[in-house]
Amino acid sequence: MKISDVYAIIRIFAVADIRETVVARLDEHRGKQLLSAVAIPIPTGDRAESPEAARLLADSLGGPCVIKALALVTGRAGRGWVRMAGSADEAANIAAELLAQPEVQAVRVEQRLAIEREMFAAVLVDDRAAAPVVVFSSRGGTGIEEIAGRYPESVVRRHVEIRDGFAPYMGREMAASAGLTGQLAVDTGLLLSRLYEAFRKYDCRSIEINPVVWTAEGKLIAADCHATIDDYAVHRHPGLGIRMAREIGHDPSPRELLAYEVEKHDYRGTFYFIELADPRTGDNYVAFHGAGGGGSMMSMDALMKEGFAPANFCDTSGNPPASKVYRAAKILLSQPNIVGYFASGSGVASQEQSQSARGLIKAFRELGLRVPAVIRLGGNQEELACELLHKHCADLDAPLEAYGKDDSARYCAERLRALVDGFRPPALPRALQPISPDYLPSDAYRFATMTGTISIDQSKWTQESAQAAVDSCPTKILKLVKDESERRGEAMLRPEAGNADGGRSMASPLRVELAISEAEAKKGKCIECLACELASFEHGCMAVKIDLPMPAVPDGGAK
Amino acid sequence: MSILLPENAKVIVQGITGREGVARTKLMLGYGTHLAGGVTPGRGGEVVEGLPVFATVKEAVARLGNIAASVLFIPGPGVKDAALEALRNGVKLLVIVPDRVPVQDVLEISAASRDLGARFVGPNTLGVLAPDRWVLGMMGGRAESARKFFKRGPVGVTSRSGGITSSIAYYLGQAGVGASTIVHVGGDPVVGMPHPQIVRLFQDDPETQAIVMFGEIGGSQEEQVAELIATGAVTKPVIAYIGGKGAKEGTRFSHAGAIIEGGRGTREGKIEALLAAGATVVEDFDALPAVTKEVLSSKGIEL
Repeated sequence: MKISDVYAIIRIFAVADIRETVVARLDEHRGKQLLSAVAIPIPTGDRAESPEAARLLADSLGGPCVIKALALVTGRAGRGWVRMAGSADEAANIAAELLAQPEVQAVRVEQRLAIEREMFAAVLVDDRAAAPVVVFSSRGGTGIEEIAGRYPESVVRRHVEIRDGFAPYMGREMAASAGLTGQLAVDTGLLLSRLYEAFRKYDCRSIEINPVVWTAEGKLIAADCHATIDDYAVHRHPGLGIRMAREIGHDPSPRELLAYEVEKHDYRGTFYFIELADPRTGDNYVAFHGAGGGGSMMSMDALMKEGFAPANFCDTSGNPPASKVYRAAKILLSQPNIVGYFASGSGVASQEQSQSARGLIKAFRELGLRVPAVIRLGGNQEELACELLHKHCADLDAPLEAYGKDDSARYCAERLRALVDGFRPPALPRALQPISPDYLPSDAYRFATMTGTISIDQSKWTQESAQAAVDSCPTKILKLVKDESERRGEAMLRPEAGNADGGRSMASPLRVELAISEAEAKKGKCIECLACELASFEHGCMAVKIDLPMPAVPDGGAK
Repeated sequence: MSILLPENAKVIVQGITGREGVARTKLMLGYGTHLAGGVTPGRGGEVVEGLPVFATVKEAVARLGNIAASVLFIPGPGVKDAALEALRNGVKLLVIVPDRVPVQDVLEISAASRDLGARFVGPNTLGVLAPDRWVLGMMGGRAESARKFFKRGPVGVTSRSGGITSSIAYYLGQAGVGASTIVHVGGDPVVGMPHPQIVRLFQDDPETQAIVMFGEIGGSQEEQVAELIATGAVTKPVIAYIGGKGAKEGTRFSHAGAIIEGGRGTREGKIEALLAAGATVVEDFDALPAVTKEVLSSKGIEL
């Protein structure tokens, strides 16, 4: 590869399984629907999920048709996933065969085309130019990459000034450069401009038609379509029905869907989770909890050097609230057959590591920690984070060690190896010791947070613990209210004129309450750092309970 | 001299009243950044950390005078509007911290900033920090942490990974190698100032004597830097580490990118290009400080 080739580059769409990728792939059927919406002709046809449905569609097409497996990969033809059917019966049989493949949930049954010529058209984001680029080749079809390599004069590309857009005349100019003439060139120009329209309209990262077919009847038809939608724009396109806008190379598992749900509605920080393996089949799998892509990749390298295999990749970074880290930890702990828990990202993170620590503590104490854990939370507030972890995870079933930026990822992985090798789970697991009460009175003080609820049992407070809880709140949204004895006396005489809690203030001289409105707390002034719950616990009274709901994690509990 | 932010430049924070806005305003003020005010639509007249809040950038400029830079703390979907607002009111440098900014929005911001002779760092960036002088963004998290982590010196640091940016600068500092300016170019595929542009700025900066670059798989930023070195546009020594050793290629879904050039974006390709150009490439991340020191002393650069 010559360095001088650098300037002819369009960014390769190289996807790494464990690196965060930010697109949603649309299968051929969905892609063709986008094309239809911008008036690009597609073959008549539809989607079928059963052999019977395929038969009916084939019938409606008059018998002979094409059956194409709907899957999110290239090279379907080479795998025998694009087949001709001569009759409706044959269509049903082929469909049955294709649908039996685990990766194939549906097929597309469509009319056959009388192909005169196959070409290629695409619009994608050129990262380096920070602009869209339209690519056209007058030769297309299977093996397009080799074709383009062999006939570079047929390939034309044109960057687009995003504020000017891409007009049909620009498409005609491209067609002419690629050697097309006559009506074909005109139709191609129009198709390219419409393809650009789809690219813009649906926030595509790329949208590709291979082949663009020129039929014997002189019509231009998009015979296939591969479109990817920018993950960060999926919220703008609810109609696309994208369940999980993450390109992970396989259908999302229940855990991955759950993780995505947690992330989808909460923009504070990042939570990325992807399963890498089926831990049930091994004995060296570790739950991996990273923070920051670069540091996480290096931490995984360190983990693997110690002979462990990550069961998953996970990244909570960008200063997520403790609540998000808590949910992430719950999902990680739910994976079966894990022998350890390894949290490590960049050595020196800018995010509030004490929040991550509190999220982990809450999860470990509520679910129990049944396998050794090494947590490397370097950077901002790392001393506090390590202190909290050591203090509150010392009496769990399995050992936990916490480290900071002056300990390398490799050293931490070595520590995990030592702990795992020396660990014998107790014959009888200890009772869980959460940091919040199991039982709350029905009239407990409650307020909603962005993703949960905080409940306070006011009868539990001592002066010291209540003050500590109020002081622990970094955004200062709590206040300590002391009931004076006169008010108490009055409430006894006239209970019906008492407080909203029906006179219980008699028994709760100390109350910790919001100093702001409930609406403000819910909107985000409560930052879900979990400090008040932990502070209450630390001072020996479990008065605060923070509920952070999440649909039930699958396969609950590590081994 | 630090890169990107001129001396005595006035800075505003857009989204100053939000969770991150408030916390990072504290960080930036505590670290010495010359913050003059902030903007949040609908919240004009408020005060955050002693700074005036305006409802529009237009008003901020009218009251504060020329604004050199704006740091954005706004959820992704709202970034484009805020960025265009700043650019069209004469702000020449944006630091776009949030992630989840739709890529086509970034393309529009890029086009606008090109038109207006402006620049932006990010999105999805921790920001830029000049040790002992200023920080734009959230690097370091809190002022006390930032003061502890980052030392001033002759090395320009540029990184595609946020946590690694601070880590590299910290570990270098621990080894006695300070930084002139520390830049997180941003984790997204399309960013305002990728490695090659930052490296060029370091080349032109008198305080920077060497450049440490953390790269990653994907894209061609590192290859472009190799080209700059090979053609002599960059003569200061470059020490690079490329992350992503354990990553594998996934299943491909489209051909367009591959049609023009094959094999781009791989870790091996980047390392090859950089080595061929004469850069130093470190295989073991923990060895980066020691190798950097070696390169510096071999070129007679004092610490």
